[in-house]
Amino acid sequence: MTDPRCCQNYTRSNLLRSAAAQAGRGLPPIENGMPLPAGTGLTRRGFIAGAAGLALAVYGAGRTPLPLFEDGIAQAAQSDRVLVSIFLDGGADALSLLAPVDHPRYHELRPVLALDAGSGTPFSEDPSLHWHPAASALAQLHAEGKVTVFPAVGYDDANQSHFTSRHFWEVGELETDTRTGWMGRYLDLVGTDNNPLQGLSLSNTLAPALATREKPVAAVEGVTDYDLWSHASEPVSDEMFRSFKRMGQMKSESPALRDSRRAIRATNIIRETLSSFEEFQSPVQYPEARLGEQLSGLAALLGAGMPLRCVSVTADGAYDTHSAQVEEFDGAVKATSDSILAFQRDLEARGLQDRVLVQVWSEFGRRPEENGSAGTDHGAAGVALLIGSRASGQMVGEFPGLTSLDPDDNLRHTSDFRAMYCSLIEQWFDHEAGPIIPGASRFARPVLIK
Amino acid sequence: MAVKAGKKKKQVTYRRQRWVDTGEGVVRLRTKVIRRRRGEKPPRKDPGPRPLPRPQQPKRPAGPQPFGTYKGKFGRLEATRLLNRAGFGPLPGQAEKLAKMGMKKAVLSLTRPRGEARLTGPEPVDGDGIPIAPFDSWGHDHLWWLDRMVRSNQPFRERMALVFHDWFATSNTGVSQQRQMIDQYWTLRSGVNGTFDDLTLKITRDPAMLQWLSGGDNTKWSPNENYARELMELFTLGADRGAYTEQDIREAARALTGWRYDWDDDLGAHNFRFDPEYHDDDPKTIFGQKGNWGWRDVCRLCVTHRLHASYFVDKLWSYFVPAAPSKDTRQALIRLYLENDRKILPVVEAILQHPDFYRGPPMIKPPVVFNASLLRALGEPIRSDAWVWLGDGAGQQLFLPPNVAGWDDERWLDTSTVRARWLMVTYALETHHHEAWDDSYREKESTREAVNRALATYGWPALRADHQGELIAMADRIPAYVQDEWQARPYLAMRQNALLQLIASSPDLQLS
Repeated sequence: MTDPRCCQNYTRSNLLRSAAAQAGRGLPPIENGMPLPAGTGLTRRGFIAGAAGLALAVYGAGRTPLPLFEDGIAQAAQSDRVLVSIFLDGGADALSLLAPVDHPRYHELRPVLALDAGSGTPFSEDPSLHWHPAASALAQLHAEGKVTVFPAVGYDDANQSHFTSRHFWEVGELETDTRTGWMGRYLDLVGTDNNPLQGLSLSNTLAPALATREKPVAAVEGVTDYDLWSHASEPVSDEMFRSFKRMGQMKSESPALRDSRRAIRATNIIRETLSSFEEFQSPVQYPEARLGEQLSGLAALLGAGMPLRCVSVTADGAYDTHSAQVEEFDGAVKATSDSILAFQRDLEARGLQDRVLVQVWSEFGRRPEENGSAGTDHGAAGVALLIGSRASGQMVGEFPGLTSLDPDDNLRHTSDFRAMYCSLIEQWFDHEAGPIIPGASRFARPVLIK
Repeated sequence: MAVKAGKKKKQVTYRRQRWVDTGEGVVRLRTKVIRRRRGEKPPRKDPGPRPLPRPQQPKRPAGPQPFGTYKGKFGRLEATRLLNRAGFGPLPGQAEKLAKMGMKKAVLSLTRPRGEARLTGPEPVDGDGIPIAPFDSWGHDHLWWLDRMVRSNQPFRERMALVFHDWFATSNTGVSQQRQMIDQYWTLRSGVNGTFDDLTLKITRDPAMLQWLSGGDNTKWSPNENYARELMELFTLGADRGAYTEQDIREAARALTGWRYDWDDDLGAHNFRFDPEYHDDDPKTIFGQKGNWGWRDVCRLCVTHRLHASYFVDKLWSYFVPAAPSKDTRQALIRLYLENDRKILPVVEAILQHPDFYRGPPMIKPPVVFNASLLRALGEPIRSDAWVWLGDGAGQQLFLPPNVAGWDDERWLDTSTVRARWLMVTYALETHHHEAWDDSYREKESTREAVNRALATYGWPALRADHQGELIAMADRIPAYVQDEWQARPYLAMRQNALLQLIASSPDLQLS
């Protein structure tokens, strides 16, 4: 969580810091004395997949039969629908993203942070709300009928802890002990044993919402730079990877060993799949944002026909804006909105727009009353969005207003995130929600897909 | 090699075991018992290949043990576990040395080091050979601490600092100077030798923390709940246990008001101080107790709360043992903690001597522990920036925890972090691998010689039998690729490199 401070210099130095981080990561991976990556010069068996005609290659195919997972790719899992879950980390301020500029109490509760009455595009389904100017890309997509808005989504007795509330959203129930994610449980039911790409985190570590009990899932920070270098090359490296793979398949007597083997197994499959993923061309321009980079790579993967089902990614920015909210929030929302718009255009250019749906969520909204550090503390109901050509484009639950708040002075929820999950599972994935979301029958089924 | 006292006082029994490749893809364990007088040097035959070390046998999983002291065998494997979990893995030969002390002495030798810590070996430099700048250069704070983990002769102190860095997780992303994070590190490092009360007080007024969790923005006119909430939820009491209410958080936030600092474009946040003018002096009710509470009172109310000791014990235990303690053990640790006025060290020492610590299942090493133990085994100093992005890639960059809850210890391994750990090995071997193409490598090397050589490079880590068998099988497959004479040396060199890569990337070295 970032605690954005009020000074320009702080933000600048932070920017420099992250720029240095990027530079550090962007340095040529192969330094003096490093051998060529394993597999260089190997005969590859390539195949063309996807609407973009992207060449995909698998190393070592001449000697060994093509790995099983490739069959899945060859069968072009193109008919499968994909859900891309974008997380706004820290508790995004719903009342800034869709600002209730025409509600009288808004300016009273937010003397510093309130948006001016005239700023931003009015939200056509409830014109008392205005899109934040930084979210103009979302306003544009909404005008095209491609955004379904949940203006006040949450659950009863909202937990104001980041970790507990985020956990509830990740596991799809109000249980602190659940160890599988809601998308993970879906993958356990429909996924296969040899395709870790079916649940993909675009990050350093696996997104908890994708945590499965049995089926393999993957985490990849960048789709173009996944390889395991070593100081051995062909033919020795082939044998080395064969042994590494075997270490992933041996017997385990303890949970830690089992986890280790499972991760090694999945790593080998991803290595075989992505190590040759070439530079790709995006048909559209993406903004300079980490999310944009990740989504452009994701679109290329989808374009190549990779068998993805559930994808999770964390958006740029830190939304835990206890102080100096404007500095962090505006830039983060702009980067996120612009990246999503570019992704949608990319999908449209590749003809994939009917297969992909984006879900945007945060662990909670923030308190309607600002806190005096030009920030906001943890609140309850927040905002969630579904974006895509197949999104219904119709608001789910109304904006509850600011006159009647909950006992903690927080926004009341008018929709439940578990109802969203149930509808997504049934309407988007065409699967029964009961086995995935506990107590599914208790929840409404808002129409989310057209 | 197991060393065991024989029946006759003056005679010592050595049991030498070696894995012998029968040549048909079958590997057999052969045991040879050697008896000789104490003090007598083992007969020195030809300095031929060393026997492979006894592979680690899978342990039977044991259920939670009653509270007490571990009485079982304390050999090389147990000493290695102790060094892996209470430090950063063994230096070559260190586990054997520790095993000879016996369990209790071994634990105390780590937890009660004498004098100041010494750092031995070359000073840390970046990839260009320039001394690192931990206060100023991005990522060099990570290198600075990693270096201490690798070189310090008091690794337990560094490990406890890491435990508390995760416990009171503060990140550079919310702090204006790296120096303030390193100042906080010294506070955390000294924490283990005091009470938890003390540590909580010091952290509450710590400049990095006052920035990170908005303590410096919390004033009587506009209370900011950020620190009050995490103090209760993450540092002392735990969420969803009925320990506190939202109202307690709001009242505690008021009691914590009064800390201020100044901002300067060059200095960042500085001049941290308590200003009574900014403090809310009206009565507050926290946990049902009404008073004119201030920041010290909030800390005291939290650590004397009836649900604090159990939270402390559970959390501390989880850093060292992967399965929850039995009810009895938990109660005994709580008692020990309270009887010692919430001193931290006695509880840690009890955990490190507990049967569950040695008999329980393995844990996955945190990425930075894996990295440091790899460098310690190789004797590799800090001379690369790569550890920063590799640490990040493996899911743990020091001074940059993902959030105030610290790192998620249950999700260290996935396809992204396994790759980063693999690359850590590749980078560590940068100066320890063998050149393949300059014909410098030997022309002939048996499978056993090759495997021995690779194991010796890491100080003979104990490997599971199945992994050792796989290494031998892999090494055995390579000579068949040599079609022409010119290929022999390069392929054998690369075989050695592949063995080095696989040993350190195997699950054995990921686990503790």
